[in-house]
Formats: sequence, C-alpha cells, structure tokens
Amino acid sequence: MKKKWYDYLWLAELTYLCLGLFNILFAWLGMIFFVTPLVIAIFGGGKTYCNRFCGRGQLLGILGDKLKLSRKAVPPKFLRSKWFRYGFLAFFMTMFGLMIISTYKVFTGLPLRQAVTLLWVFKLPWQWADVSSVAPWVAQFAFGFFGVMLTSTVLGLLTMVLFRPRSWCVFCPMGTMTQGICQLKHGKEFKENGRKSEENRGTAENSGE
Amino acid sequence: MNKGKSIAEIHKDCVACGTCVKVCPRSALSVFKGVGVVVDREKCIGCGKCAKVCPAGVISIVGGASE
Repeated sequence: MKKKWYDYLWLAELTYLCLGLFNILFAWLGMIFFVTPLVIAIFGGGKTYCNRFCGRGQLLGILGDKLKLSRKAVPPKFLRSKWFRYGFLAFFMTMFGLMIISTYKVFTGLPLRQAVTLLWVFKLPWQWADVSSVAPWVAQFAFGFFGVMLTSTVLGLLTMVLFRPRSWCVFCPMGTMTQGICQLKHGKEFKENGRKSEENRGTAENSGE
Repeated sequence: MNKGKSIAEIHKDCVACGTCVKVCPRSALSVFKGVGVVVDREKCIGCGKCAKVCPAGVISIVGGASE
C-alpha cells in the first residue's frame, strides 16, 4: 500500500522527544498531541487520531514489528478491562492536575523546581536546562509536561517489549478519553450496527452459506 | 461440528485503535465512528491476521470446520 504523509508522523514523535532533551521548553509542543485527538473526537472524527495520526503508536509499531523488539505476546486481560483503562485515565488525570497545581504555585511565587519526574516517582535532575528566557511558571509546566510525556513513552516501550507492539494503545489515556467521547456520541448506533450484523449472519447461515 | 465460514469476531473490549484495519488483506474491518471495530462478514475470509496483531487480544476467529 502506498504510504501517505501521515504514515511518517512517528518522526514528529521522535523529534519531539529529542527536542525536549535539547531544550525543555519544547515540551509545550506536546500539547498538540493532547488537544488534537480530543478536538477530532468531539467534532465527529472518531478515533482518526489513534487510527492514522498517532506518531507514538507508529513508533511503537516500527520498534516492535520492523526492529523485532516485541515479544508479540497477548497482553493480560486486565489491561483491556474498563476498570483498568478508566482507572488509569483517572490516575493520569490526577497526576496531570497536580502538575497544573505546581505550575500555579510557581506562578504565585514559589521557586521553580528544575526536575523531570519519571514514572511519578523518580526525579531526574535537569539543572542544565536554560529557562531564563521565560517566566518561571512557563518553565515549570514544561518540566512537568515533559515528565508526563517521558513517563508514557517509557510505559509504551515497556509494554511494547513485553506484549504486542501497540499495547500502549490499549490503555493510553488519550485513547480511552476519545473512545469514551465516541461512545457517548455513537454508542447506540454502534450497538444497532452490531445487532444488524448478527441478523445478517443468521440469515446467511440459514441460507446455507 | 460448525461448518460455517471462518470469520473474525471482535470482543466488546475492543479499544478501536485500528491496528487490525491496516493488516486486513480484504479490507473487511473498519472502525465504526471511534467506538469499536466492525467486520464485513461478506469480505472476511477468517485468515486471522487481525487476531495476530490486535494489541488488546480481543479478536478471535470463529466458525470454520472447528468443533
């Protein structure tokens, strides 16, 4: 199949991670990866972002399939269960909220903490970053947000190696959120479509197919 | 003994990521408005390529000559 421009968006993901290491303020660009899927889902585009434009998903696919870094094992069932996916989304949003609060605290006068938190626990010192050109709260958000992006990348890589290449997609908070929006908008329609399909199957089997 | 046609069946836990859609040789799968994946029963040949790549492990091949 001929490749389209969006099949190369994994390069954007890779560039983003490199730019963030080079200058933490580039972390702000990650907001594009947060806002775009929601806008698409809200305005009727379904999960087009996940299906076509997600650079992270593509990157995990390349690493797992082409570079054969994945065991390609079936992930455990709990990973796809609603309670885990929505629980992880709630946890992720709570951590995101705490990050916003710490940004606000710096905005109101608290000193900037130059560290990127990985996996919500490990504080990586980031003293070498030059953030003198911007307001401290702008830098604080960048540190916090890059931590979120790095954490999800590490989880994506781990699950890619342990299970199937795009296992991260199963519990990705953005994917859960966009599917939730689509379910609210089109859930009934989807169920009806499934029922129709079952009826067709019955007719086909009865007619000896 | 089920002698019906082999076909892909999607569990309700499908996350609609679309990974299966890309590998289907007959374009029998599609993501329905971001909610889940639907199978075109006319087109599906039950080859199982989708089941092999599904990151959630929610696709199974049913029917065919299996008991």
